[in-house]
Amino acid sequence: MTAEQVWAAFDEIPDPEIPVVSLVDLGVIRSVDVQNGRVHVEFTPTFLGCPALEAMVRAIEGKVGELGAEAEVEVVNDDSWSTDKITAAGREKLREAGFAPPAPRLVQLQSQVHRCPYCGSTETKLENLFGPTPCRSLRYCASCRQPFEQFKTI
Amino acid sequence: MNELLLGLADDELVIGWRDSEWTGIAPMLEEDVAFSSIAQNEIGHARAVYQLLSDDADALAFDRALDDYRCAPLVELCLLDWAHAIARRWLYEVADEIRITALMGELPLAAKINREEAYHRMHAEMWHERLRDEPRFRTAVAELWPYALGVLPPEQRDALSARVGLPIVDAFERGTHTDELAPLWEEMTVVRRSAPAGAQW
Repeated sequence: MTAEQVWAAFDEIPDPEIPVVSLVDLGVIRSVDVQNGRVHVEFTPTFLGCPALEAMVRAIEGKVGELGAEAEVEVVNDDSWSTDKITAAGREKLREAGFAPPAPRLVQLQSQVHRCPYCGSTETKLENLFGPTPCRSLRYCASCRQPFEQFKTI
Repeated sequence: MNELLLGLADDELVIGWRDSEWTGIAPMLEEDVAFSSIAQNEIGHARAVYQLLSDDADALAFDRALDDYRCAPLVELCLLDWAHAIARRWLYEVADEIRITALMGELPLAAKINREEAYHRMHAEMWHERLRDEPRFRTAVAELWPYALGVLPPEQRDALSARVGLPIVDAFERGTHTDELAPLWEEMTVVRRSAPAGAQW
């Protein structure tokens, strides 16, 4: 078994709360190391209060088990994950599903522009900083009159 | 360092619990969502810090005797008046920012926590802007001010005083508890205390 195969398998694990993106799209798998049938995975949580973190770790272990190996998941609670780690493919999948993807941090710091995932308009306003999960805010698009969920930039 | 981190984790656990008391009864639906989400984040931060300090975060969080908690009296108060609840959120976030940013150099987890706290600060500042000249809010801030000072060690209090615009006074210090912690401790720990030995979580 190679690390590439493990990465490909992890790309099939849906995020427990936003299943349109995989754990690889989300950027939470920091490294994969395969040695003698054991797979060491470094996992960086998204939001610390996210109740899906344990489900993600279990899914990683289960997926490695399906490949016939044993997983060793190391949860790394450092500052290495930010929304900038979400892949370009992941951002596009989020947008297609009606979640406005997080703007890159550098862009977000300089502008308060938030684009509607349905019509692309920037005529949107904040309805609530907080939403149904720690990672989402609620916005409203004045152009197409759709409320939508905005993935927070952190 | 461990004593400081335990205090931080206990603050986050207890304020998370107190903030969650607004779930379902906040004056606007948006605030039901906001307080619930903030509470969830704060308890998540507590868990991550407990995990640094112990292999069994739940045991550290819920198996201690009341007197062994190191939270600041500010977070213990049951505040079911909106002006007071918002005043505490604002004071706590200002104090917490001073404390967390001071830790970021030596503790990578503090930098991660700080990313999420940015949204708590935006929420607190939005309400502070809205209510700052309202007498009820000003009274609440004044009442809670000695408690807010107690969140920080003495060397960080000047920064808090400058941000809040109130002078240093005698603080309600960490290490002593208000009467309001005991009923909360009963509630927080009842599940673990009543579970049979060997229960799996």
